[in-house]
Amino acid sequence: MGLTQILFWLLTAMAIGSALMVITRKNPVHSVLYLIVVFFAISGHYILMNAQFLAVVNIIVYAGAIMVLFLFVVMLMNLNANAEPQKNKLLQFAGIISGGGLFLVLVAALVKAKEVNGAMEMQSGNYGLVKNLGNVLNNDYEMPFEISSVLFLSAMIGAVVISKKEKEQ
Amino acid sequence: MEIKYYIGLAVALFCIGIIGVLTRRNAIIIFMCIEVMLNAVNLLLVAFSKMHAAAPVGKSMPSVVSDAQIFVFFIMVVAAAEVAVGLAIIVMMYRNVHSVDVNFLNRLKN
Repeated sequence: MGLTQILFWLLTAMAIGSALMVITRKNPVHSVLYLIVVFFAISGHYILMNAQFLAVVNIIVYAGAIMVLFLFVVMLMNLNANAEPQKNKLLQFAGIISGGGLFLVLVAALVKAKEVNGAMEMQSGNYGLVKNLGNVLNNDYEMPFEISSVLFLSAMIGAVVISKKEKEQ
Repeated sequence: MEIKYYIGLAVALFCIGIIGVLTRRNAIIIFMCIEVMLNAVNLLLVAFSKMHAAAPVGKSMPSVVSDAQIFVFFIMVVAAAEVAVGLAIIVMMYRNVHSVDVNFLNRLKN
């Protein structure tokens, strides 16, 4: 078992364990913190696959920006008290059964599938480096890149308009 | 490393996200579970791109790996915008009903 395998299983255990903690913790602040661990584990997988640009972007965008927004909203609403009421056990059971059923079906399909033994290029290849992706982004995908800035502008205006206090009648 | 392990990991993360969405009632935690599902799909896209890097499919398409990773990058861009709008909606909902419990959102039913 090489170093790549050891790191893969370590990061996988970290990701799945933290994801389970996200959906089981009662306190939303703990869920947010475990979600940051999930994102770091996924960034570790990107580094393992030598997709360095995506690893860095994942940390900056998800762990850096999105999680700060989540934490900010959770603390703004003062939800760190144990606020969630006890929910219908039957519905919870049904949710777990349907999610687990989907998992079983997908895993069964994966086991039966024929061409899933394709080897991956793990620690080599310069496709995922910043230099190569920057070239592609600025040559082939320049228009979508510009359009995404318009998307951000509209999302920003939308967020401000939605969360603005409504006028009292 | 073979692709099946990454498919298994992505399936597990996706199903954990689905179970979270179905069982929790806190709107913020439901939103975080959606993020977990989005990340599982991103991870799978990168894994497939690296599989095609190891063994090019059919016709030689040298840029397919870079295209996949640019695609993941744009998914992250859209996800960031989506989170901004979604959290604004949750803040507005908290201001109106003083709770983030999604069961209070059944007023359209009647």
